[in-house]
Amino acid sequence: MKSFKYSVAKEPTGAARTVSANPTAKFLAGGTNLVDLMKEYVERPSEVVDVSRLNLAQIRETSNGISIGALAKNSDTANHPLVRQNYPLLSMAILAGASAQLRNMATNGGNLMQRTRCQYFYDTAMPCNKREPGSGCGALEGLNRIHAILGHSENCVATYPGDMANALYALDATIRVRGTNGRDRLIPVQDFHRLPGDTPQKDNNLAHGELIVAIEIPRNNFAAKSYYLKVRDRASYAFALVSVAAALEMRGDAIERARVVLGSVAHKPWRSVEAERVLIGKPVTVETFEASAEAALKDAKPLEHNGYKVELGKRSIVLALQRAMSGEVA
Amino acid sequence: MARYIGKEMSRVDGFAKVTGRAKYAAEFKVPNLAYGFIVTSTIGKGTIRSIDTTEASRAPGVIGVLTHENYPKPAPPAAPELKPEENRNVRDKSFRALVSNQIFFNMQPIALVLAESFEQARYAARLVRATYNEEKPMTDLESSLDKARLANPSRPPRPRGNPTEAFAAAPVKVEAEYTIPIEHHNPMEPHGAIAFWEGDKLTVFDKSQGVYVVRQHLATSFHIPPENVQVISPFVGGAFGSALRPNYYPALTAMAARVIQRPVKVVYTRQQMFTGHGYRPHTWQKVSLAAERSGKLTALIHDSKNNSSSFEDYVENTTGMPRTLYACPNALTSAQFVHTDMSTPAPMRAPGAVSGMFALECAMDELAYALQIDPLELRLINFTDVDPDSGKPYSSKALRECYRLGAEKFGWSKRNPEPRSMRDGRLLVGWGMATGIWGAFQQPASARVALKSDGTAHVSSATADIGPGTYTVMTLIAAEYLGLNAEKVKFELGDTRFPRAPVQGGSFTTASVGSAIYEAAQNIRQKLMDLANKEASSPFKTAKIEDTELLDGKLVLKGSSQSVDIFALMRRNNLPELVDVHEARPSREREKYATGAHGAQFVEVKVDPATGVVQVTRAIEVTACGKIMNPKTSHSQEIGGVVWGIGMALQEATEVDHRYGRIMNPNLQHYHVPVSADIHEIETMFVEEDDKVVNPLGVKGMGELGMVGIPAAIANAVFHATGKRIRDLPITPDKLL
Repeated sequence: MKSFKYSVAKEPTGAARTVSANPTAKFLAGGTNLVDLMKEYVERPSEVVDVSRLNLAQIRETSNGISIGALAKNSDTANHPLVRQNYPLLSMAILAGASAQLRNMATNGGNLMQRTRCQYFYDTAMPCNKREPGSGCGALEGLNRIHAILGHSENCVATYPGDMANALYALDATIRVRGTNGRDRLIPVQDFHRLPGDTPQKDNNLAHGELIVAIEIPRNNFAAKSYYLKVRDRASYAFALVSVAAALEMRGDAIERARVVLGSVAHKPWRSVEAERVLIGKPVTVETFEASAEAALKDAKPLEHNGYKVELGKRSIVLALQRAMSGEVA
Repeated sequence: MARYIGKEMSRVDGFAKVTGRAKYAAEFKVPNLAYGFIVTSTIGKGTIRSIDTTEASRAPGVIGVLTHENYPKPAPPAAPELKPEENRNVRDKSFRALVSNQIFFNMQPIALVLAESFEQARYAARLVRATYNEEKPMTDLESSLDKARLANPSRPPRPRGNPTEAFAAAPVKVEAEYTIPIEHHNPMEPHGAIAFWEGDKLTVFDKSQGVYVVRQHLATSFHIPPENVQVISPFVGGAFGSALRPNYYPALTAMAARVIQRPVKVVYTRQQMFTGHGYRPHTWQKVSLAAERSGKLTALIHDSKNNSSSFEDYVENTTGMPRTLYACPNALTSAQFVHTDMSTPAPMRAPGAVSGMFALECAMDELAYALQIDPLELRLINFTDVDPDSGKPYSSKALRECYRLGAEKFGWSKRNPEPRSMRDGRLLVGWGMATGIWGAFQQPASARVALKSDGTAHVSSATADIGPGTYTVMTLIAAEYLGLNAEKVKFELGDTRFPRAPVQGGSFTTASVGSAIYEAAQNIRQKLMDLANKEASSPFKTAKIEDTELLDGKLVLKGSSQSVDIFALMRRNNLPELVDVHEARPSREREKYATGAHGAQFVEVKVDPATGVVQVTRAIEVTACGKIMNPKTSHSQEIGGVVWGIGMALQEATEVDHRYGRIMNPNLQHYHVPVSADIHEIETMFVEEDDKVVNPLGVKGMGELGMVGIPAAIANAVFHATGKRIRDLPITPDKLL
């Protein structure tokens, strides 16, 4: 680990200014990902601004939904009565992630910022355009069983590994970020993360120094019929091979609104508007769900070792939609 | 009536472990300690062209940087550089760090940075820059099977009967290939050592399964007499075979301590463990089975090929134990290795046996389906009470009883053999079974037993306790045969000052060291009887030693009320202690028999037909491994074995990028071992055997046995659930779509 300057932030705008002033400064919250990456020399900040003591952990009802503080712990968020009742999909997604110990440390803002779990990204001896722009992509023709099948580029086939964000995409969340000018900017969650293109070193569209202060989720009618499905190599403490955040709102026997978001298939949570469109206005049948799943994976371009994700993605969408209909809680 | 043997005893070291009082190798406090951090290569094969330590040397706190360029000469014997014919007589050919510029495997140590703190050493390690003359590494076993060789070409595999002819003539046959990836032990405690010199005397705190092995390795490394080396390893946080062979770090640590004239500590990172202590090799196997329609096996042909390093001929005995399991008149088995540009493999829990039995017991399941005979019935049809090679009878083999009891407990008779026929809601249910096999080994081992006139005893032996409960079982054996309360017995291990014991491996510790303590206690009893008989009042004047026992501080004439207080007797003779140092050796009687430990495994899996996710919802394991000394720790061993089997079957795989010859998942986020949520119902049972042939205590190996049949049982259950025969471990969800 490289030596770094450490300071404790007193208020959000000041923190934003401190980080903004130093191109190699980083915010530190729960540290569950950043500190690991620093030990591995993948992240080498010259300055770390500890925001963990800022007063940004509230979870409260707002006039049109809920506001969840960026520094609320994952565990506290998943178990909060407002979240459990109104946004069970978010609860399920958070509880599917990591381990109880990690969720007790990890914050919501940090969760959005977590970096890929691509093995080549973690190994400084290997090429990785995300870690070392221009060095090449080790995974493209290497071990890529856990990599992207959608939206990837020649430069990067890494996936966004998280669970929480997949639910936030389904729930039309907005990310509230504080700038150096002391004002907040609202970023629709689907515009938060980005595809790799030729700048895979950029995971998201935050400007350097912008600090996430809250996640806002509007009211919706998905609570009764939503489900988070996570398929993984072991039952806990493993990143998804494929995950699905599914949510449905019914009018009579027909689907009024639908959300289908795939996780661990792309550089960002992959909301499939095409899959959702297939569902709208249709009755609930396996055929409808299968058609939706086909639409979601239509453009998939698997790599050498992850072809299974196409079939697994389809099956997982069908299963998640079925479970959403039956109102199961993961 | 035994006081302790066969009764549950909690770990005598449990309190020390959970309170942090138990000291592991890297935790010893040594003054003036310097910290070493290993720098590893970023290529898999070639030579180091240049290594620049300038920047690292200038970093804060850095004391020095060792590389092959400044490693003291004469260096330890550089075995890897010698051609095979030159080093035939070099017994210890293990990899040694920094002795040349040659790169034999990726993540090979190329430098050691020494600093005042761990953090300073770790940072400076990143500043060491190497350039290489790079060659293309070859690390893929499966693309090089044609290069496989026998470890000893002058001893080709010997057939039993005429397997080729029998196979050709048989009415029913199956033939299949099975592959197992590299797996790593991943004990919780990382390997580490602290070394310091006092003149030419070396002391090393190490994580080790055998302090005498490390002592010998260090003595040859530094060309000093073994007596000059003390190795101390009182607690080990799991090892599973990874601390059996000499690893490279103790010699490196000791050399660093010699160079900077200070004590040095070096601890592997988790990543460094992946090339620092060996691994279960990548194994390819082919099994051909032939049978009569009745189910009687007529031919077994079993070939195994595993990867080794480029500088050692490591071959796993994959086929040796499976060959003895069934009464098959015709058999041919072989085990070969392929040189690859990887570090050398090492034994890993149930080495060879679990890999070979995965292939054989899956093939038996395939044969059962081909014959339309119940898999358990097929095994009973081919049961043997004698070793099919030598014809010698087993000293004991309660495997039939294991099968019966396991099947009954599990409800095997309710199994519908048709694949995909059993369901739980939308989940497919599969039931599978297999057999476990391991040896009943005993190695020469010594112990020192000191009975003290204050009513206590001190017992010591340079064995190890890597987790099975050796402290506890040795305490229990000494207490039993010295007739003392267990609280009065102190047992110590893991120090070369104690009498020589073999490594803790092969599941032979209780049989070997336990027998030494047992026999030493007998000698003490003889000495006490001799002492007593010097006194006129002795009740033992006409007694034989077998007529006596030690009980509650007394030497008792069995079947009478006559006894002598042994401590009063010792005091009357001015003897503060009675000592016996004894070596126990395997008996000649053993040679008349075949020996082994056996078990039967029955598992239930539930498979999600949509996602391919497998859960092992129920496992019943019945084991016959002689006398159970301590049921509490014994069940713990077998449960642990089942968990290991689940990991091997469903999760564990070390992934190598063959373009670079580099392990790409050397950490616990990418290398999966089971977590609590993967583990459901596990029931372990023992069928005790009364077998005084194997050793005087009647104990057999159990630590490895517990996992041996599990991967095959799970794979067989997955076939029953899904109709898919997965012959390539691990059975991850993608393989079942």
